[in-house]
Amino acid sequence: MIGLVVLGLGYALPNLFYPRVELHNDAVAAIEASGSTAEREADRSAWPDWLPSSLVNLGLDLRGGAHLLAEVRVEDVYAARMDALWPDVRDALRDERDTVGAIRRQNAPEGELRVSIENADGMARALEVVRELAQPVATLTGVGSKNIEVAGQDRTIIVTLSEAERTATDDRTIQQSLEIIRRRVDEVGTREPTIQRQGERRILIQVPGLGSAEELKALIGTTAQLTFNPVISRTSDGNVSPGPRNVVYPSLDEDGIFYVLEQTPVVTGEDLVDAQPTFDQNGRPAVSFRFDPAGARKFGDYTAENVGSPFAIVLDGEVISAPRINEHIPGGSGIITGNFTVEESTNLAVLLRAGALPAEMTFLEERTIGPQLGQDSIDAGKIASIVAFIGVLLFMGLVYGWFGLLANVALILNVGMIFGLLSAIGATLTLPGIAGIVLTIGMAVDANVLVFERIREELRAGRGPARAIDLGYEKALSAIIDANLTTFITAVILFIMGSGPVKGFAVTLALGIITSVFAAIYVTRLMIVIWFERRRPKTLVV
Amino acid sequence: MRLKLVPDNTSWDFFGRLPITVGLSSMLVVASIIAFFAMGLNFGIDFRGGTTIRTESSVAVDVGEYRDAIAPLGLGDVSITEVFDPNFGPDQNVAMVRIEAQSDTESVTPETIAAVEGALQQIDPGITFPSVESVGPKVSGELVMTAIYSVLAALFAVLVYIWLRFEWQFSVGAVVSLVHDVMITIGVFAVFQIKFDLAIIAALLTIVGYSLNDTVIVYDRVRENLRRYKVMSLKDVLNLSINETMSRTVMTSSTTLVALIALLVLGGDVIRGFVFAMIFGIVIGTYSSVFIASALLLRLGVKRDWSKPDGEAGTQFADVDA
Repeated sequence: MIGLVVLGLGYALPNLFYPRVELHNDAVAAIEASGSTAEREADRSAWPDWLPSSLVNLGLDLRGGAHLLAEVRVEDVYAARMDALWPDVRDALRDERDTVGAIRRQNAPEGELRVSIENADGMARALEVVRELAQPVATLTGVGSKNIEVAGQDRTIIVTLSEAERTATDDRTIQQSLEIIRRRVDEVGTREPTIQRQGERRILIQVPGLGSAEELKALIGTTAQLTFNPVISRTSDGNVSPGPRNVVYPSLDEDGIFYVLEQTPVVTGEDLVDAQPTFDQNGRPAVSFRFDPAGARKFGDYTAENVGSPFAIVLDGEVISAPRINEHIPGGSGIITGNFTVEESTNLAVLLRAGALPAEMTFLEERTIGPQLGQDSIDAGKIASIVAFIGVLLFMGLVYGWFGLLANVALILNVGMIFGLLSAIGATLTLPGIAGIVLTIGMAVDANVLVFERIREELRAGRGPARAIDLGYEKALSAIIDANLTTFITAVILFIMGSGPVKGFAVTLALGIITSVFAAIYVTRLMIVIWFERRRPKTLVV
Repeated sequence: MRLKLVPDNTSWDFFGRLPITVGLSSMLVVASIIAFFAMGLNFGIDFRGGTTIRTESSVAVDVGEYRDAIAPLGLGDVSITEVFDPNFGPDQNVAMVRIEAQSDTESVTPETIAAVEGALQQIDPGITFPSVESVGPKVSGELVMTAIYSVLAALFAVLVYIWLRFEWQFSVGAVVSLVHDVMITIGVFAVFQIKFDLAIIAALLTIVGYSLNDTVIVYDRVRENLRRYKVMSLKDVLNLSINETMSRTVMTSSTTLVALIALLVLGGDVIRGFVFAMIFGIVIGTYSSVFIASALLLRLGVKRDWSKPDGEAGTQFADVDA
């Protein structure tokens, strides 16, 4: 039991020396990641290795940073899937031209593919052919179902993704998005970002120490879909009809200039292996990139065949630049120039390295907390906790005398253990969490008060000191357990239903209940019994 | 010399003025409901969507000037309040700017924030923005539902737990007094138009937990005394139990209040509303566990035969090895 207390306090210890331990932890991580330097070794020795070094995580509201809740537009992917399916459907139906006649793709709501056929009689055969394109869904839950559903209506074939496939696709989209966001945030190199899936299609991103949610949004909000497309023409009319399989995209830098491009890109960002910020021959910021072998071959072949004609570098539906191909580019590398600032070129390089997001995101919630505000909150919380602590200690001493002092010792241990537990389980301390600790300081004495009051009653009823202490503990127990269990239930509900800071409050409240009951029932009692065995007082004043 | 909050062996009659206390409570509850519907709560952005920007400057805040600067941007309902706190330094002037939600789902765009910040920098170049928070209406709608569910879930869990540990009469008494506490606290927030956000919901749930704590302690003693004094009238048993637990109730409430008042004064303005809700809730919770929960128990009556501890209800933890 004493061991438990010591263990708790041991884990709490590093928090007293927060900056020092943090330095140590960072240094250890850095040494693991990229080898040792003299400076890092010095940082590491700021805190002895053999002591526990896990710290209470400070929540965003205490440390400052950016918080974003994003919803991934998974429907984007359905549309892309349908576009990808169209060539297969077309080829399959073409083979059956004798029965179905001419075919044409129709306009359809997003996520649907509609194809009309000339001969209504060939419908049955057409449906059969298209259904053959369906493949089994590749997940455990979707076993036995096909990935597309095909229906016929008059002379139109309607293809949609099946329910099972949608679920599987959503899941993949979110996983991919998570992965790419993580890569992008890691590239910027901030400490301990939280990137979590929330619910069906939401992603929670918390990055401590980042200046603002806007920066974070700029970093993860761009899809960063990079393509290299052949240019058909350059125009100043945005409403020009591009012709089949072509698209019109605006220019990023030149107002009112549009490019008509072939829809199918020569190479895409997926073929990139590296991108770095650099400067062009005129000293302007630019981004250099390198293709993988497959991309390099495609790019080399295309440039060899099209010397003299322009091609466009397109990022998220905007033409960054459209240089002329001066010669065959065989090496598979090049640079992108535009009117970049150094910051923009650095960001673009990060985005290109991390890869494109599979779908767009909408931001539902964003919070920025400046580091100074966080520090102010910590300071205020610290002062308030200390004052609350001293107030309660004095109060207990005044009311219960010697027993009150014992309870105070338990209270001090109790707060130490809360911090120890928080560090050990890696929980996050938030501002409401500090309030939870202060509340616990106030309520923690409750169990002791219950016992002491009971002992007083037993003494008044004329029992001897030893008997009164025993009975006091015995009889108060059911009240202690009932009272604390009910509070614990509400803390659990808070934890399950609450979010962010509120969760932090629930955690400290729940931990506070556990440690305070433990402290009151075991620790104080142990102290009282030891004291009693030594002194054997004839009378007892509580 | 010992400090004594409550004299030993009190025998106050808590039910002598039952009509007054019950009447007062009912009046407060009704007033709270009226205030809630008539004045509404001053919901924070958590519950209604929108953006708050905290500003800090060495120059005194002029709310009118701020308003004039932001008005040309056409952002709809904008409210600006100056924040005071004893912790602030002499040249620390803080204000909160709140802008209503601009779209149906999304949080605010960076352009809007930049526009507001730019407008404020025009009138005060030294102004800084320590925090910017924005919640889209889609999420805030969900947060409202979650908040309501969590309060209901807490009440239900309490109902079941007390029912299992005591009798249904106790359970009803406890839940009614909890509802009473929560409603009056919400009423106070409506009357004084204090900002009502997610943290306040956490405070409400804590009040539920705390008030219940008090109620359970009294009930526990009632159960014990019912077993001990089989012939005493229920009213006398309740009075005795409340008197016996009175010094504990006052003691625990006092220590908790000491801690919370320290937090209220020194804890900074960010959590002030939260701490206020908690302090108010603890006062009202202590009152209700004595006057409402017990009064209801008196009214509902209770099974007197507690002689068999292994009966269908009310299993005891007391024989657990301490």
